[in-house]
Amino acid sequence: MATISLRDVRKTYAKAEVIHGVSIDVPDGEFVVIVGPSGCGKSTLLRMVAGLEAITSGEIAIGGRVVNDLEPRERDIAMVFQNYALYPHMTVFDNMAYGLKIANMPKAEIKARVDRAAGMLNLSDFLDRKPRALSGGQRQRVAMGRALVRDPAAFLFDEPLSNLDAKLRVQMRLQIKEMQRTVGTTSLYVTHDQTEAMTLADRLIVMNAGVAEQIDTPMAIYDRPANVFVAGFIGSPAMNFVSGTLEAGHLKTAGGQRIALPVPADQAGRSVTIGLRPEHLQTVDADHPGAMALRVRAVETLGADAYAHAVLQDDSTVELVVRVPGARRLSEGETLHVVPDADSLHVFDAATGARV
Amino acid sequence: MADLGMVGSSKRSRVVAHIFLILGVLIVAFPIYYVVIASTHTLQTILRPPLPLLPGAEGPANYGEAISGGIGRIGGVSVGRLLANTAIVAVGIAVGKIIISMASAYAMVFFRFPFRMACFWLIFITLMLPVEVRIMPTYKVMVQLHLIDTYAGLILPLIASATATLLFRQFFMTIPNELLEAARVDGAGPWRFFKDILLPLSTTNIAALFVILFIYGWTQYLWPLLVTNSNSMNTIVIALRKMISFADADTPWNLVMVTAVLAILPPVLVVVLMQRWFVKGLVETEK
Repeated sequence: MATISLRDVRKTYAKAEVIHGVSIDVPDGEFVVIVGPSGCGKSTLLRMVAGLEAITSGEIAIGGRVVNDLEPRERDIAMVFQNYALYPHMTVFDNMAYGLKIANMPKAEIKARVDRAAGMLNLSDFLDRKPRALSGGQRQRVAMGRALVRDPAAFLFDEPLSNLDAKLRVQMRLQIKEMQRTVGTTSLYVTHDQTEAMTLADRLIVMNAGVAEQIDTPMAIYDRPANVFVAGFIGSPAMNFVSGTLEAGHLKTAGGQRIALPVPADQAGRSVTIGLRPEHLQTVDADHPGAMALRVRAVETLGADAYAHAVLQDDSTVELVVRVPGARRLSEGETLHVVPDADSLHVFDAATGARV
Repeated sequence: MADLGMVGSSKRSRVVAHIFLILGVLIVAFPIYYVVIASTHTLQTILRPPLPLLPGAEGPANYGEAISGGIGRIGGVSVGRLLANTAIVAVGIAVGKIIISMASAYAMVFFRFPFRMACFWLIFITLMLPVEVRIMPTYKVMVQLHLIDTYAGLILPLIASATATLLFRQFFMTIPNELLEAARVDGAGPWRFFKDILLPLSTTNIAALFVILFIYGWTQYLWPLLVTNSNSMNTIVIALRKMISFADADTPWNLVMVTAVLAILPPVLVVVLMQRWFVKGLVETEK
């Protein structure tokens, strides 16, 4: 168990910089999720912590010890890979015990540790099997067991759940969280799935194009996204964006329409992007003050909720997704009146994308 | 002929396919059958037409004479010694080739070093040069190293193998990179990764290659002929050749046939035994 700290960590391939200086201090026992779209550099960052990629500049320390020039085995970390990377010719027991054998641990101690991990992960009945005789979920658990038995300073997870089906993914997500709580090992977890990120993380690093756009707790990021990218990436379905110019008490859209918004008066004249989450648009009666009239174009029904994909009645370039209760049966072409939640309005500068 | 087998639905095509197959088997099998038959007859019976096609009564006597070493024509060397020589050479070549080619393939696939691709192409290019092209310079080198009439001289020049190197390279490239990384995180250095992971995963390939290379080594003719002067260092193939004189009547054909049978047996044995092994490997390992 240990802290992990990254100091302005950068990675350059040939001449292209792919990680533009990431810094974070992860205290002992914290579960940090690195989330971002494909190609944002999140896996590269994790692999740099693991020692599988060289660090171009900056500094990575695990447990207070700078590990920049150490081999993976000297960093006291364990890693869970996306495709599990189990040794196909070894039994489940040997797969989990391999790292301990290399470390010359006494046989009895190895057996005790593997048995304990297998018990935690419900693998006790499979210790004699080869990986190919296991299901995807079981293989995933073996991969986790291999990390667990090492009792390392940190766990590194590289999209460990993306090869599993949806139902299993939810189960494993809970199991990983539970396991990490039990052993209290500092963890870095890479995923592109924002639901996974939100549910697992103590803190989130949202990455985009090699930059850590925001580092904070999941709810802080959800409530106050630092910029347009983070706002659009975190939350499902994604936040609605409307661009325009602020005027006193309303936003003037590019199409010339005025949408009543509780904006501060001192921002008048500014070009902005307004962010409205689908769950923060309240449906109201047509005569409600400031109600926006929307025309419903499509409805996605999920049961408890439904998502109406709609456009502004007077300006069809403005598209909005609205969450409505599932009980309310909407149909295409219907008119829907909504007002934004005053407290959950996000205003971003149109030019820089940064939160105003 | 494969097409005929593939069609296989109408009775007529099945009959035609079988005729060709049986013909093929006869053409391949008859000489071997005849060798076995002839090894059980006296020299006189073999030389006098018609060819005997059924086993004779002289089998025990012929084999006894051949094995107990009464063959003056091979220069006073026992068949046992010849078989031992050949076995050492064949196993030496097979094992040597596998070690060298695995090591070089391992280096080329898993390590980044200057001129890596140049090394690969150099090895690849040697595929295009037949052994005979470099046989004189190789002989000269062996003379200068005083390796004439030694096992080292018989084995060493034949153990570099571009084909086996390429085979292992292709196999190693199918091993997922994450397996290597998992091993690195687990603390395995290059040697442990090779020994604990790569080697067990390669058993199928090694078994298959061993069969092919053992037979390659066993049937070598030109190089052993050049590099051995002493009869006691001959391989069985060379000895067989030396037993045959220009005059038919001078050649102890019955003993030649016995020697031929003894020369065929070990490769057959290797194929039969190893076949079971690598089929097992094919069924049980999976990347």
